[in-house]
Amino acid sequence: MNAPTYNFAYLDEQTKRMIRRAILKAIAIPGYQVPFASREMPMPYGWGTGGVQVTAAILGPADVLKVIDQGSDDTTNAISIRKFFAKTAGVATTTATDEATVIQTRHRIPETALNESQVLVYQVPIPEPLRFLEPRETETRRMHALAEYGLMHVKLYEDIARFGHIATAYAYPVKVNARYVMDPSPTPKFDNPKMDNCPALQLFGAGREKRIYAIPPYTQVVSLDFEDHPFEPYRFNAPCALCGAENSYLDEIVTDDKGSRMFVCSDTDYCEGRQAAGHHGSLSAAPYKEKAQEVSNG
Amino acid sequence: MTTIAELPPGFADKVLSAQSTFRSVMDAMARPGSVQRIVPMPGTPDTMMRGTAAIALTLFDHDTPIWLDARMAESADVTKWLKFHTGAPVVQDSSIASFALIGDGGALPALDRFALGTSEYPDRSTTLIIQVDSLASGRSFELRGPGIDGVAALLASFKPFDLFERLHVNEALFPRGIDVVLVADDAVVAIPRTTRIVSKGS
Repeated sequence: MNAPTYNFAYLDEQTKRMIRRAILKAIAIPGYQVPFASREMPMPYGWGTGGVQVTAAILGPADVLKVIDQGSDDTTNAISIRKFFAKTAGVATTTATDEATVIQTRHRIPETALNESQVLVYQVPIPEPLRFLEPRETETRRMHALAEYGLMHVKLYEDIARFGHIATAYAYPVKVNARYVMDPSPTPKFDNPKMDNCPALQLFGAGREKRIYAIPPYTQVVSLDFEDHPFEPYRFNAPCALCGAENSYLDEIVTDDKGSRMFVCSDTDYCEGRQAAGHHGSLSAAPYKEKAQEVSNG
Repeated sequence: MTTIAELPPGFADKVLSAQSTFRSVMDAMARPGSVQRIVPMPGTPDTMMRGTAAIALTLFDHDTPIWLDARMAESADVTKWLKFHTGAPVVQDSSIASFALIGDGGALPALDRFALGTSEYPDRSTTLIIQVDSLASGRSFELRGPGIDGVAALLASFKPFDLFERLHVNEALFPRGIDVVLVADDAVVAIPRTTRIVSKGS
């Protein structure tokens, strides 16, 4: 139900118009960070205020919302934001990637391939990929204007000089539509290839830094690299301990104080879906066996 | 003289109609060449099409200077309606407008008369909203660019006849440039500055 004291989806209409205009410009100039008048939201900066404002501006009553935090549907941040929109907009929510029309995400792209009817909204802490190399906004803005990205390549080169390989593992810079270098938000570089030629619209909201940017569907997104040090997505040595998936991004879970650990899919919906479909890993958890027993007993 | 009371109404449901109109425009912008529908509204002033009116109510407010072409400006109703429902200032100088409403494409001024943005702030550009004859029939075009899976086909009948040729300037200007929204009644097609158009004849 709509909480009666709030407008639909919390934000007032003037704010939504302002954000909507910014989103249209962002789509028209892929990868360019459009400044917008970010509002204070009923959550602290760093908890997704930018993503929440973008979601609030696009959300309609027919939408089905999914929110993930590091791939998980069941962490505090994801649950709070899902409840927030269930309360203020009365929208249906889901944890299933393929049922959702709007997916708000913090630091992951779902493993399940997205489709044309979906919009992926990223929560972004620091939208400027050049910020740690050049602290002055006036300078980074000019560097984007001139497409002067040598500094970023120097940074990647210094990685190679120091470690022998490009050691940047998350927030790995990408070039969008052969023009703007963009921060994909702190997603693991494992997810970078999913941004390229993606059928879904991707929107990025940075609340504290007051920027919105976008990647339209079917747009070229290239991870920066060198001829002799090509971009390599992260590889894992072992499959998921619960569902046995060999091509998903894994989280390390410490299981006791003696150094035992397991590696499981970070995308909980993907992992649960595979387990429900009968896939097993080396440490498949008991609940699914119990469930299977209940079914056979019942 | 039309009094305020006689002006056509705005959205029946301000919040949800604005949301559905925006999603149509957003989808149009994200998938150039695709024809999106706008849920029609009951009444519109004079020369303004239903789609144009819905977009105006969705995106215009006191922060967005509007430029009207002669066809739009000659109707006192349009100006009053915009002023009453959106509060957007109507400006004479097209180079400072956020949006330009074009009722008669045949008299479209040269594109460099509008704001093209700056290299540092390419988003500070004018978005043209052009009313056209049809987005279902007419000449045939091939569109390429971000948002399009390979090639998109568009059938459209519009003035000025050479609009898409004129939009070639977007290629050299990028990231500066002009974004265009074509409206035919309740149908909307967007041509953002990244879209490259090839005419396939009629």
